This record gives sequence, structure tokens and C-alpha cells, in this order.
Amino acid sequence: MAHASSLTRARRRSAWIFLAPMLVILVAVAGWPLLRTFYFGFTDANLSDLSSYSFIGTENFYAVYDGEAFGLLTDPEWWQAVWNTLFFSVISVSLETALGMVVALVLNQNFRGRGLVRAAVLIPWAIPTIVSARMWNWMLHDQFGIINDMLMKLGILSAPIAWTASPDWAMSAVILVDVWKTTPFMALLILAALQMLPGDCYEAARVDGIHPVRVFFKVTLPLIKPAVMVAVIFRALDALRVFDVIYVLTPNNPQTTTMSVYARQQLVDFQEVGYGSAASTLLFVVIAFCIMAYIMIGRVRLDEGGH
Amino acid sequence: MKNSKIRKILRKAAFWLLVAVIVLFAVFPFYYAILTSFETGSALFDVNYLPETFSLANYVSVFKGQPFGHNIFNSVFVSFLVVALSLLLGVTASYALARVRFTGRGLLLLTILSVSMFPQVAVLSGMFELIRGVGLYNNMFGLAISYMMLTLPFTVWVLTAFMRELPRELEEAAVMDGASPWIVIRRVFLPVMWPAMVTTGLLAFIAAWNEFLFALTFTLTDDKRTVPVAIALISGASQHEMPWGNIMAASVIVTLPLIVLVLVFQRRIVSGLTAGAVKG
Repeated sequence: MAHASSLTRARRRSAWIFLAPMLVILVAVAGWPLLRTFYFGFTDANLSDLSSYSFIGTENFYAVYDGEAFGLLTDPEWWQAVWNTLFFSVISVSLETALGMVVALVLNQNFRGRGLVRAAVLIPWAIPTIVSARMWNWMLHDQFGIINDMLMKLGILSAPIAWTASPDWAMSAVILVDVWKTTPFMALLILAALQMLPGDCYEAARVDGIHPVRVFFKVTLPLIKPAVMVAVIFRALDALRVFDVIYVLTPNNPQTTTMSVYARQQLVDFQEVGYGSAASTLLFVVIAFCIMAYIMIGRVRLDEGGH
Repeated sequence: MKNSKIRKILRKAAFWLLVAVIVLFAVFPFYYAILTSFETGSALFDVNYLPETFSLANYVSVFKGQPFGHNIFNSVFVSFLVVALSLLLGVTASYALARVRFTGRGLLLLTILSVSMFPQVAVLSGMFELIRGVGLYNNMFGLAISYMMLTLPFTVWVLTAFMRELPRELEEAAVMDGASPWIVIRRVFLPVMWPAMVTTGLLAFIAAWNEFLFALTFTLTDDKRTVPVAIALISGASQHEMPWGNIMAASVIVTLPLIVLVLVFQRRIVSGLTAGAVKG
């Protein structure tokens, strides 16, 4: 018995030795920079000289000079960015979940060429976001774009639309590209859940002659709900911090500027590290809040728990 | 009798139509990029649905007009470095997390998972200071370090999930023979872990290859950029003079290796994605 416990202790000790390098790197590249960003948010740091700055408290967030209010919380562009981010996330994740479900149900059928279809569906996921933004930028071009051409040939449009530049359409264009790119991810996660379903209750439903749509809503959906919830949370996280696709597809368009885009613009383009860090901090808080709310409301289990 | 037969055929037709729409929607943009990349001059500005001209001029000019060869080398170098480091640190850490019981293990796993949920921009200024502080600004090693924040958490998470599934007997025999944990990892786990390593390595590679925000912010000169940044910054004299042929040629070059990888390893990728995400 004494031998076993010394063995266990030795195992634990070596476990920590094995964990140490990974933890050191993780603290260095994630923990420390995050804390520094939080701290910069309360300073007037500038990118041109990061070594000299002073602590200014919450002035980046809210401050009053001569009866006039300043700071992030009074900046309409910031609130527009918050709204854009939430709008983009809710709409695109909903669309991706719905379409991903359809694609997963198709891929779950037995048909000839299923492997090929699955491979084809993976292609958008494999293409770098920047590249997909550029490809769609070209397809959505106001004069030479194939999308305008198609819609005009079909008689849906009478004149070409400047998809990425116009205030009315820019957000739709961004959502379209994001849906195209990430629906495969959603579909694959849902497909994995579908393939783990037990076959016997479907057998029973078929024998009883229950309509497939009813079976889907009464049997399939409740069974795959936990997996879908987790997939949604992963997608929502990506959507809330969206940057690449917007930076390339609709640069400098206030209608699509998200919190990440706004923060980086302040940080790098305007060199305002303090102010930009404050925005980054708020983004972090918003995301953390959304995740916690979602996990609590949806009772999602991210950990397998003990086994 | 006849009616049900017609209905059956109709249902089948509708199903295949749906399949066709899905495939077309997924594949068309890449097809169109390839088509455009072979067009030059005025052909570029006529909308074509089928290939009409074939010229490699865009592919030549993308390498001549800018240091695109450098950019490719940078991306390859950074991606391989990140994969190697992530796997090395990930395997040892996941052994500890999956096979050894210790207090705080669950909390540690959740903390690691939460790192993968960080918005990149939230660490941007801190990371910028760090990278400048260690003198790695505009340097591939600096980029590799910053990418670890993206790849390490999920590498650890996925490898831990895989390693948990391995049977207990596998390691018990070795421990009985007095093997140290390091020997156990190397001799017992590594030989059976390689499928999981290929999967996570591939996902880490794709993440590093596609990364944009850090690469955009932590590099300064054209020859230090990675391919996504190079492609994002290709521009013409004005919005109407964009070299779309070059952009599409560069896009195809960057994407083709990924598509080949994904098609070859598609089953592994699906299992890796689900191991990383859906476990509940």
C-alpha cells in the first residue's frame, strides 16, 4: 500500500513536470498579454512609445471635461460596433445552424457519392478566411461581379448593386460570406451527433408510420440538442470576435465595423493603445458574459466531467 | 400504386436537387477563383461561367510583382514550427491531464479551454509589447510565439480527449516493469497516438496557415509577411484597378495545398473537430 502511494505521488510529480512547459508558454502568450491589455486600458499608452504612459483610471471608458462627456461609453461609433457585432453574430450563427442542420441531414442519408459530397462541403472550411473574403469580393464586385450578372440574368435585379460598399448591403454581404465559410463546420459537428443516434427508435417510428418531419422534431432534435448547443457556442465565440472577413470584405465601412475591428483600428491605425485596450477589455467582458449566460441558460456541459 | 411511385421519384429528384445545390454553393467560389486566375486583359472583365482563355500570366506576375515566394516560405516556416511546438508541449501535457489524477485537474482543463475562447484582439496590445520587448517584432519567431496562443489550447484539449480513450492496461504493464512516465509516453503512447497527432497537427497547421490578425499586426515589411496578409494587402492604384487576376492566382496557390490536405485527411479532420468541440 505504501508502495502504491509513493508511486502515485511520483506520478503526480511527473505530471506537473510534464505540464510545466505548456503552462509556462500559455501564461506567457495568453495570460500575461491579456493582463497587460487590461492594464493598458486604464492608461494613456501610445503605440509610438510604449515605454512611457501614465495611469488615468477609467477615463478611456468615461470621463467628463467642462460638462462634456468623453470616452468609449459615450462614443456612438463604439455602440454601433457593439450593435454590428451582436447583429452579425445572432443572424449568421442562426443561419449557419439551420443550414448546417439541413446539410448534416443530407449527409446522414445513404446515397452514392456521399464521400464526394462531404469532401466538397469541407472545401469552404479549408479556404483561409482572407482568401474567401477576396474571392467573394471579386464575385460581389459592383461592375464585373458574377453575382450581379447572375441576378440580372435571372431578372431579380435590374441594376447592379455595390454589395460591399453600400451601407444597405455591406452587412448582408459579410453574413453571406461567413455563412458560406462556416456552415460546413456546423454541418460536420451536427453530422457527428446524428451518427451517434441509436437506430432502433427510428425503426420503431417507421413501423408505426410516423411522418419523418414529426420524427425529426420529436426524436432527432431533442437527442442531438446537447451537441448542437456546443457547436453553437463555438461558432458564437468566433462570430463575436470576427475580424478577418470584415477587414478585407468591407474595409472602413461603419455599417460592418465590429468590436474587434474597432479595437484594432484604435490600437494600430490611430496608435491609441490605451483607448484601444479599453475597447478590447470591453469586448472580452462582453464575450465572457455571453458565454456564461449561454452556458447557464442552456446548461451546456463543456467538460466531460470525471469518469 | 402508381401515385406512390411518382411520389417516390419526385422525392428522389428533390433530394438530388438539394445535394446539387449544396455542392454547387460550396464549390462554386473556388471554381470561379480558378477560372479568373487563368484570365488576363479584358477577358477578366467579362463575366464567364465556363473557362474560355487559359494563361498563366497571373501566376507569373504574382511572384514578380511582390516577394510572394518569401511570403510562402514564411507561412510554411511558421506553420511547421507552430505545429512542432504545439505537438511537443501538447503530448506531454495531455498525458498528465488524461492519465494522472491530481487535484485541480478539471479546473486546469477548463482554464485551458477558456484560453481558446479569448478574442485575439483582447491580447493584442499585451502581445505587441511582449514581442517588441523580446526583440521579435517583424520576425517569424515572434509570429510563431503569438500563434501558440491559438494552437496550444486546442492541441492539449484534443490530445487529452484522445488519450483518455486509450485502455488503462496499455500503460499498467509498462509501469509494472518500472518504466518512468517519460518512457511510458515515448514507448507506449506515442506509437498508438500518431493518428491523433496527425489530426491535431493538421488542425494546428491550418490554424497557423490561415491566421491573419497577429500576422498583420506583428509584421512590418513586405518580405516578412505571411501569405494571408500578402493577399489581403494586394491592391491597385485605385479600387477600379485592382489586379483581380493576380489576387485570384495567389488565392489559388495558397488554398490548393490546404484543399489537398483536407481531402486526403477528411475523415481524420472530422474526428478531430468533433473531439475538440462536441464532448458532452
